[in-house]
Order: sequence, then C-alpha cells, then structure tokens
Amino acid sequence: MQALTNRVKVVSRKPMTFWERMYLPAIFKGMAITFSHIFKKDPTISYPEQKRPFSPVFRGLQILNRDEEGRERCTACGLCAVACPAEAITMEAAERQPGQEHLYREEKYAAKYEINMLRCIFCGLCEEACPKDAVYLSETFAPSNFQRKGFIYGKDDMLIPDPKQDPEGYKKALGSRAKHPEGHGNEH
Amino acid sequence: MDLLLINWAVFTEKLILIIAVVSGSLVIAMYSTYAERKVAAILQDRKGPNRAGPFGLFQPLADGLKLFFKEEIIPNFSSKFLFILGPCLAMLTAMMIGAVIPWGNMLHFFGRNISLQIADVNIGILYVFGVVSMGVYGIMIGGWASNNKFSLFGALRAASQIISYELAMGLALIALLMVTGTLSLKEMVGQQMDSYWNFFKQPLGFLIFLICAFAECNRTPFDLAEAENELVGGYHTEYSSMKLGFYLFAEYINMFLSSAVMVSLFFGGYDIPFLNDTALITKIGVNWVTIIQSVILFMKIAGFLFLFMWVRWTIPRFRYDQLMNLGWKILIPLSLFNMMITGALILLKQNHWHF
Repeated sequence: MQALTNRVKVVSRKPMTFWERMYLPAIFKGMAITFSHIFKKDPTISYPEQKRPFSPVFRGLQILNRDEEGRERCTACGLCAVACPAEAITMEAAERQPGQEHLYREEKYAAKYEINMLRCIFCGLCEEACPKDAVYLSETFAPSNFQRKGFIYGKDDMLIPDPKQDPEGYKKALGSRAKHPEGHGNEH
Repeated sequence: MDLLLINWAVFTEKLILIIAVVSGSLVIAMYSTYAERKVAAILQDRKGPNRAGPFGLFQPLADGLKLFFKEEIIPNFSSKFLFILGPCLAMLTAMMIGAVIPWGNMLHFFGRNISLQIADVNIGILYVFGVVSMGVYGIMIGGWASNNKFSLFGALRAASQIISYELAMGLALIALLMVTGTLSLKEMVGQQMDSYWNFFKQPLGFLIFLICAFAECNRTPFDLAEAENELVGGYHTEYSSMKLGFYLFAEYINMFLSSAVMVSLFFGGYDIPFLNDTALITKIGVNWVTIIQSVILFMKIAGFLFLFMWVRWTIPRFRYDQLMNLGWKILIPLSLFNMMITGALILLKQNHWHF
C-alpha cells in the first residue's frame, strides 16, 4: 500500500534476533545511559537559597509607591479599584490635615488600602489605571499563609520604604520594573 | 565436662563481633536508603534529599522517626500473631546471613588471634542458602496474615519467584563449588587471595548468581512482590509504622548481605587487589592489614550496592510470565550448561589437557 504522507513510520514486526533476545546488551546500553546522567548538570533551583530570576515583565505583589521626598503618592481616587477585574482592591479615603504635608503628597490620601491577594489575578490593570503612579506590581509573589486573612494585604504590607530614611530598602522594593519617579505609567 | 565449660574470652569476643556486625549492617542498611534516594536522584538529574542536615545526611533518621511515630494498625481480620511475626522473621533472616561472612582476616589483640568471622561454619554457603530460603517466610506469612487479596498475591509471587530463582542460584553455585572444592566462605576467600578471583574462573556463574541475587532480594527488575501499580503495595499493603519499616529495612539488609556474599564468593572477599597480602603482613603487622582488608571489603560491597541501585533505576519491572520464563527456561539450562563446561574443564585439567 502506498503511504499517504511522507511521515509514515514503518513498524518492524520481525522476530528478535539472538543478540536482541539475549537482552543483556540492551541492559548494558540502558545502564550506560543512566550512568552518563551522573555527569549531567541537574536543572534544579534550590528554592529558598537560590531564586529563579523573574522576567522583566513579571507582575508580582502590588507596591504603594512614595515620591522622592518620601510622601505617599496615592490620592485614593479609586481608579484602581474600578479597573480591577477581580474586585480585589478596597480603600477608604481621608483628608490630609495641616501638618501632614510631609506624609501625603496630595490633599486626599488613602487611610485604608487593602488588596486581597487571593482574589488578585496580577493583571496589572491597577498599575495602568493609576494616574499618580502610586501603585505598581513588584517582582515578588505572596508568601504562603495559614489563614485567609493573612492574604489581605494592608497599607503597612505594601507601602514602599521611605527613600530618605531607608534608601536601600526603597531601591530594593522598587526593583527593576520601576518607572522613573516622575514619569507616568500610562503615557502610551 | 569440657564441652559445658564456657570459654569466656571467646564468648565476649564473639559477642562483641555479633553486636558490631548487627549494628553495622543496620547502620549500613539505614544509609543505603539514603544512598538509594541520592543515587536515584543523581541518575535522574535531580538533587535528592538535601534538607535534613549537611547533604541530607540525617534523612534516614528523620525517616525512621517518622515511621516510629506513625499509627500502628493491625487489621481487624488479620491473624494477629502471624501479622506481627512476618516482619520479625523478615528482619531476623536478613540479619542471620551476616554470621558466616568473613569480614576480615584476623586481629591480634591481648595475645589472642581474633577472627573477624562470627562462625566459620564448614558448610558456610549452604547455611547462607538455608537462611535465604527462610527469608520467603517473612513475606509469605506477612502477606497471608494481612487477609487481603493484594497482599496474598504479592506473597505468592514472592514465594514462587524466590523458589524458582533459588534453583538457578544453587546450580550456578555448584559450578563454583566444583572449582573451589570447599563450602566454607573463609576458605574460598583464602583461595582467592593466593590466585585469581573466582569471577575470572566463573564469569557465567557470576552473571547467573547476580541475576538470581537480584531476584532473591526482591529488587527491581524482579520486585513483582510489591509491584505498586498492580498490587497496591504487595505483601506489605496492610502494614504501617515500624512494621512496614522492618520490611523495607530487611530488603536493604538483604541487599547489603547478598552483596557481601557475592564479594566473598566471586570478588576475593577481603583480598586487597594487586597486592600480596602475606608480604604486607610482615611489613606493617596483622592488625593494620586486617583493617585495610575490611575497608577494601566494604568498598567492594559499596560497589555492589551501587550496582543494585543503578540497575533499579535503569531496568523496568518484568512481567510475571517473563520472570518465570527467565528463571526456568533460561537461567536453569544456562547454569546446567555452565556446570557441564566447568566439569569438563576440570576433568581435562586433571588429565593434563589430554582428551
């Protein structure tokens, strides 16, 4: 019968030769193959000690940004909560009192800002929606927890370290995904 | 009256030796579980246990601890006495082989020559055979007492497998005994120290013996008794906690001691390769030579243990009919053939190579 395609693989149904029936040569061949694996590098990454580098577009936990003077950028406009397809973000706004100018950049700020990390799908729409460049996704993911409420991240979990008091922590939290301080995430 | 007098020096000496051999084989069995996992990991490009202690060296302790703390379940419908007897027998028979293996030549302490062999029985290898065939009782009783179809199947498979392969093993050994002319393991090792290792005189016999040893230890590719994808867990399906641990442990002790038997029979036992041991004794003394010999013996055994693991992680399990075909239709005729050739060669040699 003529083959319909050129991908046909003819299966040989010949009885085994004596050499093949001896079985031992095949065993030695197999053992040589497994032995050769001793010298191969294992691809394991020992997780807590070694971490796999994330891709530059990785979207991890949200971070609440500060400006270069250490003031919170968020103005509690609620655009991120509106944009969020998983409805993971809740916030409560408050008015900045006189004397709090060093804490909050705008006249209104988020007194409470919570993201439920179990609901969050890490799509990054909050980051794109934010007109103040206050929220963006970092390069880490949520560590495991024993309770559901442990996954509801508040302001103290997400707020970036003060660049003035802790410049190193700030830089670390900013990561390589950060946009430059005055640029906006949604120029495009 | 002399027979009833206990020679206390011999008594303590043997007692110490027994304790050393038993605890030694336990420790080695413990660490061969670690080695097995590590070897498996390395052969499969993984890392293996590396969390408990440096390089995961405390892993066997953690495993043992886990087994001890598990709930011990004795099934309602099992026959309780036999259910407990099974793992005990498996462990006991596994440990008993160690008695006749020469672990080294002799130590010279306090003006006494202490032989590093618990009992130099003149039928050493027959004793090994007797004990090995008793090993099936542990599995058989355990599987039967569980009152579970899968366990019974596993036990039946183990029993028929061990019986079939014992035949070929014995026949392969007869050829070796024709060459050595003795049944004592110590004498066999002594002969190999002076001339070539028996492996070079009986390569086919060794191959058959090796395959049968794999089968006797219930190791892959002959681990049909515990084929987990067919029989749940085989004969130890119903076992839990340390009773299961005993079964698993007995397998590793069996592996260690059958390696020791194979080394003694075919690879010169504690003979230091490429060296004249008697000449070395005059140079550095008996004790040092004996220690080196024991180390060499353990290195050879470690090599065999690695072979056991290497084969386990290479070759898939046999089907049951293939197993029986291999045992009865290939290995037994082959060992008979080997026996015939050996006999013919011995006769020829006695006749100074004239027909």
